[in-house]
Amino acid sequence: MTIVTYVLATVVGLAAGFAGVGGMLGVGMSWRLPALLPLGGVSLVLDPLAGVFLAMIGFAAVPASLYALGDPRQARRGRGAYLLFVGAMAVVPLAGNALTFLLAWELMSLASYMLVVHDREAREAIRAAWVYAVMTHAGVVCLIAGMLLLGTWAGSFEVDAWRVAAPGLAAGSRNLVWTLLALGFAVKAGVVPLHVWLPLAHPAAPSHVSALMSGVMIKLGVYGLIRISLDWLGDGPLWWGAVILLAGAVSAMVGVLSAIVDRDLKRVLAFSSIENVGIILIGLGAGVLYHAAGLPALAVIGLTAALYHAVNHTAFKTLLFLGAGAVVHATGTRDMEALGGLIKRMPWTTACFLSGAVAAAALPPLNGFVSEWLTFQALLQNLLIEQPAVNLVFALGIAALALTGGLAVACFVRAFGISFLAVPRSDASAQAHEVPRAPRLAMTMLAVTCLALGLGVTVIVPALARVGTDLVGVVGTLALGDALVLDVSGNFASLSVPVIAVALALAGLGVFGGLVVTGRGRARPYETWSCGRMLQTPRMEYTATAFANPFKRVFDFFYRPVQQIDIAAHPASRLFVQRIDYANPTRSLFDDWLYRPLLAGVNRGVRVVRVLQSGSANLYLTYILLALLVMLVFA
Amino acid sequence: MLRQLRTALRTGVVTEPGVPAEAAPLEIVGGRLREEIHRRFKRSLHIRQVDAGSCNGCELEISGLIGPHYDFERFGLHLVASPRHADCLLVTGPVTLNMAEPLRRTWEATPDPKFVVAVGDCGRDGGIFRGSYAVVGGVSSVVPVDAVIAGCPPSPAALLAGLLEAIGRRP
Amino acid sequence: MIGELLAAVLQLVLVGLGAPLLIGIVRTLKARLVGRRGPSPWQPYADLRKLLGKERVVSTTTSWIFAVTPTVLAATMLVSALIVPLVISRPALGFAGNVIVLMYLFLVGAFFLALAGLDAGSAFGGMGSSREVAVAALAEPTIALAVFALAMRAGTINLGGVVERVSADPWLALAPGHLLAFAAFFIVMLAETGRLPVDNPATHLELTMIHEAMVLEYSGPDLAIVEWAAAMKLFLFMSLLANLFFPWGVPTDAGVATLAVGAIVLAAKLTVLAGLLAVMETAMAKLRLFRVPELLAGSFALALLSVTSMFLLR
Repeated sequence: MTIVTYVLATVVGLAAGFAGVGGMLGVGMSWRLPALLPLGGVSLVLDPLAGVFLAMIGFAAVPASLYALGDPRQARRGRGAYLLFVGAMAVVPLAGNALTFLLAWELMSLASYMLVVHDREAREAIRAAWVYAVMTHAGVVCLIAGMLLLGTWAGSFEVDAWRVAAPGLAAGSRNLVWTLLALGFAVKAGVVPLHVWLPLAHPAAPSHVSALMSGVMIKLGVYGLIRISLDWLGDGPLWWGAVILLAGAVSAMVGVLSAIVDRDLKRVLAFSSIENVGIILIGLGAGVLYHAAGLPALAVIGLTAALYHAVNHTAFKTLLFLGAGAVVHATGTRDMEALGGLIKRMPWTTACFLSGAVAAAALPPLNGFVSEWLTFQALLQNLLIEQPAVNLVFALGIAALALTGGLAVACFVRAFGISFLAVPRSDASAQAHEVPRAPRLAMTMLAVTCLALGLGVTVIVPALARVGTDLVGVVGTLALGDALVLDVSGNFASLSVPVIAVALALAGLGVFGGLVVTGRGRARPYETWSCGRMLQTPRMEYTATAFANPFKRVFDFFYRPVQQIDIAAHPASRLFVQRIDYANPTRSLFDDWLYRPLLAGVNRGVRVVRVLQSGSANLYLTYILLALLVMLVFA
Repeated sequence: MLRQLRTALRTGVVTEPGVPAEAAPLEIVGGRLREEIHRRFKRSLHIRQVDAGSCNGCELEISGLIGPHYDFERFGLHLVASPRHADCLLVTGPVTLNMAEPLRRTWEATPDPKFVVAVGDCGRDGGIFRGSYAVVGGVSSVVPVDAVIAGCPPSPAALLAGLLEAIGRRP
Repeated sequence: MIGELLAAVLQLVLVGLGAPLLIGIVRTLKARLVGRRGPSPWQPYADLRKLLGKERVVSTTTSWIFAVTPTVLAATMLVSALIVPLVISRPALGFAGNVIVLMYLFLVGAFFLALAGLDAGSAFGGMGSSREVAVAALAEPTIALAVFALAMRAGTINLGGVVERVSADPWLALAPGHLLAFAAFFIVMLAETGRLPVDNPATHLELTMIHEAMVLEYSGPDLAIVEWAAAMKLFLFMSLLANLFFPWGVPTDAGVATLAVGAIVLAAKLTVLAGLLAVMETAMAKLRLFRVPELLAGSFALALLSVTSMFLLR
């Protein structure tokens, strides 16, 4: 039964994937079922943008489901919710009216809630699911409000009607709708400061579910932002794009900074997802700004960069989460301070995780680098908009993106190096074993995909650009170079990943060959140099906390670390120290400055309003009488 | 910054030319110091200095080699931090009991071809600490020694002459 | 076609064989400035030759990542040698990459070297890796803004395009924005190549090491390749400084005579920069590690000023 469910999920994924690719290439489709439900019924429309996201969902579901097949016992609980999750996610981009969208969205949220609570007994999982449920429903409230307002003002709840009616709306009402919908989508996408659920929920869920949540579900928030900024509400003012760009820049930096200091491997990946959503939004914000400023060619570049990074992130984040799941499965712990030496015990998983880490660190020639490069190109041409305020926003975006890129390298050196290299730091890690064939197959597929997405730049960018031109309304196609080289904006910048990859391979082979041919290949094994010290134990290795120390020092205004030292001395004399416990935890800026005051305020307000709920039936009857009188008089 | 530059340019190079001949600079122990060592390390020798319990007198003399007057870098000699990077171990001290094992591990960590030069009377056979309960007795009791530069302590000129003779580079 | 091939070979030879000479020149100049005779500028070649003949001692805790890192480092530097305009404004692989690609190629090397440092399982390696990636990350925003400043003026970020634009209008190189970007990039060069005041390449104290700490485990031919790659990195960074910001004399077409002129001009510029580097390294002491972010923040401020200046004086 379990196997059937996951195989069915794989099949659904493949079907969705191919349907999505078809939609991208222009095979449109629409399907209506008006009589089924009120408010317009079910309506599904497949257009190129929906095709991109449908393809992402489908092709990510395949390896995630395959991974789950590797441990059917563990994956048994929650298999129905998983199937519902994949199905609901596939319907969201296809939704052609408000009802379908909200229904699919809510089903997706409920299914993922049930999956987050998978480990029902763990207090951490329960709290994570609770925060997730509250935040996601706060977002849904904003979405419902926004869509209801838009539907009322536009006269219909169909998306096509919105497109037609949007230019006729007053600027104030359009901005209000955009703000509401943007808030709702931002919660789902994990945009700072609405991101607090992400680092709690993603580590708590089982790994294949985390992979889908991080790889695909948060992209649907991005999908929503693209729709409202460029499609459903017509042409917007400049500040929409500026807000998206700045939110993206802040998210990217907060995400990567939080990832560098965390010691839970899956939470590091969750924060890295926040960072990458930030990068996607930087590209999207640039695109929306260029669109509002009347530069459609550059808008397409920004949008293409955002879509490309979304696709790439799906590929490498799914891979990383599956790899982390393999590690947790093999060692039983997510704590990096207890891992290490896995490269010798789990070589295949290590190689796959390394590909994911290189891609996530945006290093050539893998895919993460190409989309980040394209985002840079979109940002660097901002001088064509002749407004200093906008140019300043772009300059901040450039600096933020560069800093994020550098910090991401540091983050993944730490995540991969501490977890997989050198000597095991605990018994659990010393007894790790390789995972079975199905998860290995899933991870290898994704690693190959990352490489293909990187090398195939000249094929993928024009395809995504076509989606972009369709959305932005540019006539004709952009000139994007030939089969080997990607040209951006004429001769502004050019890139050829296959050439660089081949050059690197040739140079590497040359150097390696030179070493081997001259007979220097022999090696003598000996212990690591430790100044001749006689007691060399795993305790001498660098720890994850120590690795993050320079960053904690430099960015201490953000981390506000607290030093906790407990010294336990021998009862006989305090000069004989038995044990020292050292902790240097960071404090969350958003918890302290935003959520705690907010919740305290809500609590205070609730306490005031609670007076109304006195429990007296007579008082409740009085309320009903008053409401009836008001309605009779005023309605 | 400018003042330092002005002083530097005005003072010029103060390195003493050539190497003054010293009596009894180098005793060659065993037959390893031969053509191969001369051929490989004549132009470039990386030295890892190991303090095996010395009183630091020899270290002070060795540090004189780095300064402007003796400047051993002009002959291609260079001090390195890790024995993995080293060709020659310059060992001082009588080798205390606690330093015996670390010295042996340092020697094992050095890649071949390598040679060991024991510095000072302590390095040769324990010097004035010979026979003490805390001392093993000369570097050769822990690792194979190829040359000894005797003295207590040997002067930088003696050290330089000895090292250059060890790599077959008599100026 | 032949000219381009000749240019490519010449660039590879210059970088591959000339990088140790650059290191040697800097070392000799530094020695002379403190009153020592110093090693000969050809000393690094002797060192590398000797290292190639030594045995490799490999730590038992390391894995294939440790073994593969020297090759990755050298490969990224050699590919970069064909992207940077050294003797010609549009070298063989100039179409495949630009400044951003170059910076990320350098980061590939840093990534693998940091992993190799962690692979050894010693505290030295881990410390070196941690510091190295911290410094590299903090230098990135400056590079991006300097690239933006150059792109503003040249209308392209292709290295050949920038070189040709400033060559066409030589006085552009002395614009205030340009000079500020040069200063910012110079500080980044010090940080990325591990020179004083960020990192002392000749230190023996592990607690003061950044780059050296990661290579403590390498020996023999591996060490030779790692040192060679570090020399090439310095060569490429200084060539970028020389040819991007002061591209006077970089030929645009490939012919035997023009390439020779290009090589000589490059050698002259590099000698001047090597002198500048030697003077700075002698005059300044190494900064305490947690003061380095302040230095990099200062370079960021310079880059920001450069962008503003280029913007206002358009």
